[in-house]
This record gives sequence, structure tokens and C-alpha cells, in this order.
Amino acid sequence: MVIYGVYIVSKSGGLIFNHDHNVPKVEHEKQFTYPLDIKLTYENKKIVVAFGQKDGINVGHALTAVNGSSVTGRELDDGRDVLEMLERPENFPVNLKFSRAKMTTNEKIFLASMFYPLFAIASQLSPEPRCSGIEVLEADTFRLYCYQTLTGVKFMIVAEPSQPGMEILSKRVYELYADYALKNPFYSLEMPIRCELFETNLQNLLETVEKSGISNV
Amino acid sequence: MSKTRLDQKKVNSELFTLTYGALVAQLLKDYENVEDVNKQLERMGYNMGIRLIEDFLARTGCGRCYDFKDTAEKIQMGFKIFLGITPTITNWSPAGDEFSLCFEVNPLTEFVELPDHCLNLKYCNILTGVLRGACEMVQMEIACWFVQDQLKNDSTTELRVKFIKRLEDAIPAGDD
Repeated sequence: MVIYGVYIVSKSGGLIFNHDHNVPKVEHEKQFTYPLDIKLTYENKKIVVAFGQKDGINVGHALTAVNGSSVTGRELDDGRDVLEMLERPENFPVNLKFSRAKMTTNEKIFLASMFYPLFAIASQLSPEPRCSGIEVLEADTFRLYCYQTLTGVKFMIVAEPSQPGMEILSKRVYELYADYALKNPFYSLEMPIRCELFETNLQNLLETVEKSGISNV
Repeated sequence: MSKTRLDQKKVNSELFTLTYGALVAQLLKDYENVEDVNKQLERMGYNMGIRLIEDFLARTGCGRCYDFKDTAEKIQMGFKIFLGITPTITNWSPAGDEFSLCFEVNPLTEFVELPDHCLNLKYCNILTGVLRGACEMVQMEIACWFVQDQLKNDSTTELRVKFIKRLEDAIPAGDD
């Protein structure tokens, strides 16, 4: 039973809150000798594995550290270019650390605003009048639940496909939002939610649901 | 955890009455002009309404209104939830786009007598703002005003609510 995260999108389509709940961390470290037997490329400001999957290091994983010093963009801490360095035999053996690439806040904002027209299209494509838009979006590794309130705020929950009770959970999250975000006099509508009380209560709620099921909240 | 959430936190209505009284008295001091106070109360109410509606929806799970009679009942339910009173719905206009809420008791005015220089003061004007703000957030424009007021020696307090239009542009996708 895993809930991966909660997103709140405002009436105008902007991401106003996100909470990564329980994303398992994937990290692999390995000693490599010359020549490197996996193919690396630079894309989206990250060095990622393009081909050559082995020992848990999968295509799509990002290079995070070389010999213990971290990688930013395509550069090492000391400013050397990583890809150039890995072409020289004298730098080997080398210790590389890979992990699943994390989404940056910018990417999350981008994806949230992408979901917005998708939702609108879905409600227009409907063969029947008065369609609610996307409520559940299913993939092999997760399910995304979306609950839109009458005022147009969307509450989205990403969870394991087998996790039950997510529709009810999204309504609970709505209650928390009404209580801890909107009753906070220093929170202004449509702005990103930075309310600690909201965050801790949400965290508690998610943990309770994961541990003992939706019937206990 | 949600147990503390679901049984609503109750406070003594006198505390609420007095707090509201303090607010109005302070506004009178700040503005001097009674008309400005009325306006200010309405504005504060509006800002409360646009937030309070989410609380109402989250708590009741109400659906969208497709009829102004529905709206009237839901407003009545709102008064029950937030103020603990049930105003009566009366005086429907023939077109069904206007109704009155009559208050026999009004917790806002429990200990209040209007002094002579405040005869134009709409003491409970915050309520008109709350209703306008809350309805606006569910894409309905209404107008709202007091026609009778117990503080002005009327027999009841009567709040008139008029439907103006649906805010079609603001209706979220998947709801129209």
C-alpha cells in the first residue's frame, strides 16, 4: 500500500501545492573500468543512462556522483566536464552513482499545468453531456485520482494501482485544505500553500491511510 | 485524527457575538462615516465568504445547484452549520429569482442596541458579503441586502437575496 504524492491545482491551473509522500529511493553505486560499458547522454540538464542496463542501473537513471563528488548538470564539483572525463582511460577505475531522476519543482509545475487542458479535453470529448472530466488515470505502475471541487480546485493523488479508498481520501484532503489553508489568515487564495499545519496534518492523514486503511479516518 | 476534524469545534455564541460587536465598534471608530462602515463590513464578509464556501462544500459534500430553490436551501443549511440558526425562506418572487431569509433570532445582534447616530448602520452587513462571496465561488452572481432589521424596530430581520446571473466563464471544465 503506497501513496506516492498529493498535488493541488488551483482554479486557474497553477500548481499550488505538492507533497511527495512515499517515493521509494532507487540508488546504485558501482565500480567501472575502461571502457565504460554503458552509454550515457546529456539531456534535460542531467546525464542519464541511454543504453546498457545492468545491476539495477536502468535506462533513464541519472548520474548523481563520480568518485563521491556530486554531479551538477554535466559538471563535477571541481568544474570538470563529466562526459569528457569518462572518455580518458587514465581516470579509471571510476566509481559511479546512479539514481532515479527526481522531478524538479519546475517540472512539477509544468506537468500540473499540462494536466489542466487534458482534463478539459476529456470533458469535451465525452459522448454524453455533463461529463466530469478525468477522475482516474491508470497506468501499469500507478493510478492518478483527480477530484475537482465545485469551485474548480483540483485535488490529485498518485498512488499504487491496488491502493483502495483514494476517492474518499481526496475528499479528506479537501477538508484539510478548507481548514488549515483557507482558515489561515496569512494564506492568500490561488497562491502556493506554505502552511506547516496543513502539511503535518496531511502527512498524518496519509500515514494513517497507508497503515490502517481508509476506514479509520 | 479526522475525528477531531469532523466533530466541529464549537464555541459559545456569546463569544462570537461580542467579537463581532468589537469589530463593528472598531470600524465605527476608524471610519466615522456609517456608510463606509457598511461598505467595509460587506467587503470583509466577501473575503470570508470566498474561503468559507470551501469549508461548507468539504463538510457537506453538496453538489452544484441547478435551481435557485436549491441555493436557498443550501444557504439555509449554511446558517445552520456556521451560526446554529435556521432562518425561514419566504417571499419568493414570481420569477423565482428572489427570496427572503427571515431571522427570528440573530446571534450577531443579541446584546445590541443601535445608538441614535447609527441609524443608517447595517449592523449585520457582513452577512450580505459572506453570501455574495460564497455564491461567487460557485459561479453564481447574487445581490443581497437587508429589508427589515430588528435593531430598527422591525418585527423580524429580513435578508433579501436576488439571483443575477450564472458566471459562465468561470465554470470549471467538466462542470458545464
